[in-house]
Amino acid sequence: MDISLKNVEYRYQVNTPFERLAIQDVSIDIPSGTFLALIGHTGSGKSTVLQHLNALLKPTAGEVVIGERTITSEKKQKDLKAVRQKVAIVFQFPEHQLFEETVEKDICFGPMNFGVNEEEAKRRAHEAIKQVGLDESILQKSPFDLSGGQMRRVAIAGVLAMQPNVIVLDEPTAGLDPRGRKEIMDMFYQLHKERNLSTILVTHSMEDASRYADKIAIMHKGQVYKVGTPLEIFSDPEQLIEMGLDVPEVVKFQQKLEKTFGHKFAKTCLTIEEISQEMPRFLKRGEA
Amino acid sequence: MKNSLVQIRNLSFKYDEHADYALKDVTFDIYEGEWLAIVGHNGSGKSTMAKLLNGLNFPKEGSITVDNLLLSEETVWDIRDKIGMVFQNPDNQFVGTTVQDDVAFGLENHGIEREEMIKRVHDALESVKMEEFLDQEPHHLSGGQKQRVAIAGVLALRPNIIVLDEATSMLDPRGREEVLETIRQLKASQEMTVISITHDLEEAAKADRMIVMNKGQLYREGSPEDIFQLDEELISLGLDIPFPVKMSKMLKALNIPVSKHHLSEEELVEELWTSHSKM
Repeated sequence: MDISLKNVEYRYQVNTPFERLAIQDVSIDIPSGTFLALIGHTGSGKSTVLQHLNALLKPTAGEVVIGERTITSEKKQKDLKAVRQKVAIVFQFPEHQLFEETVEKDICFGPMNFGVNEEEAKRRAHEAIKQVGLDESILQKSPFDLSGGQMRRVAIAGVLAMQPNVIVLDEPTAGLDPRGRKEIMDMFYQLHKERNLSTILVTHSMEDASRYADKIAIMHKGQVYKVGTPLEIFSDPEQLIEMGLDVPEVVKFQQKLEKTFGHKFAKTCLTIEEISQEMPRFLKRGEA
Repeated sequence: MKNSLVQIRNLSFKYDEHADYALKDVTFDIYEGEWLAIVGHNGSGKSTMAKLLNGLNFPKEGSITVDNLLLSEETVWDIRDKIGMVFQNPDNQFVGTTVQDDVAFGLENHGIEREEMIKRVHDALESVKMEEFLDQEPHHLSGGQKQRVAIAGVLALRPNIIVLDEATSMLDPRGREEVLETIRQLKASQEMTVISITHDLEEAAKADRMIVMNKGQLYREGSPEDIFQLDEELISLGLDIPFPVKMSKMLKALNIPVSKHHLSEEELVEELWTSHSKM
């Protein structure tokens, strides 16, 4: 399902003394199957953009096209359920939203809320729990007897059980240890490929953005500052650093080497393997 | 010789609803003026340790002694004066309606006189560089700023130890750096002892000493240099190794001579430069 934001503007609390412009002139295309990373610091407008992706917010100007639906400020929107079933958001710390007596009931809640019958919902729960790497035996447990990492996976299974085409992840690895972070991100990447999803990842981790995303959009002061492939984005690290954003460790390291040696690598390297390959040639030039 | 400030002896703790021990027979010391990083996988017992340290929970077995005071229900309030805590979520620890009210909150609870209180609030906010925000409301602040106010609230009570329980994990990179820089300066200027419970291994690499927790037990303690030699072992514990160490290993594998597994990029760049320039 294609999503496209066209010159989107959003103002909070319009026509009150508290009116505040959160984003303006935001245009981003997210064709079906894209893995997009959305980056920017706190207050840059990322969360506001995110809430437009499944019509939790309606733009105050411009339009948001989600599949067949077009959402503008004028039109009264009816039946947004279909949109929200197709575009699922995994919010930060999703495990805080678990509430049912058993894991199975919790996972079934979403699909049943969208009109799926109990039998089908249970079938999906069994499928989803396996997809997030947990054993089916966990379905009959109380979600509150699980570890933090397991709870997060259960919450994610609840989202998958709605069978969305687009999945929006808001800092999905916050608070996890390094292994947990890698496992969760690898899992999302695999689902992205297997189910041919569109994935939109909101993150502070430049490492994750560079490793998983096809495209990166950088938000700055409520506007889209730049959209490009990881290579395009990180080829100009100075600019990002000036904006107070991070760059991947590899890019930082390459930059420091180039500064010290006074000459450049043949290309911008995004992985430790790439930079290692380029290293002998780079060092040789230092001796010449 | 380093002075031991906190003695943790054979500490065990179990949450009532769980079968397994969250902490099992943990013994170590915390030394005056050091920056100690405690790392470990989720559920390894790090946060339980923090809660025991200032008496939010009490151990089932073993003891904690802080500055010659044995932690018990009787001494817990005295010990909380010595140990200040900063938690993970900046939004959950703001109690005042303005920045200065928030910092004053702890002082009011301690019955500090008004004159003294005003002075301490100012001093504390100055040391975290938030003195210009006295009358701001919390929702106008960034996550990093909120955490700095939380730190000021702790500082105003003049503790000798500050515990950061994943205090930077919900912040963006800029906020994280702000908070860490604040702590570094405080430690240098006020002889503060810092205990940082963290998943951020780049941060841990800059600590004076590290403790690795695994499944409720103390797995290893040592300097960051020692700990990161554990290499693949750390990965098997659910942790990771910092980028400069990975890079050093990679280069060695390529037969590019590197004297050791560097913990900082600067050091590694420096060594490469020294050995490859004909200056």
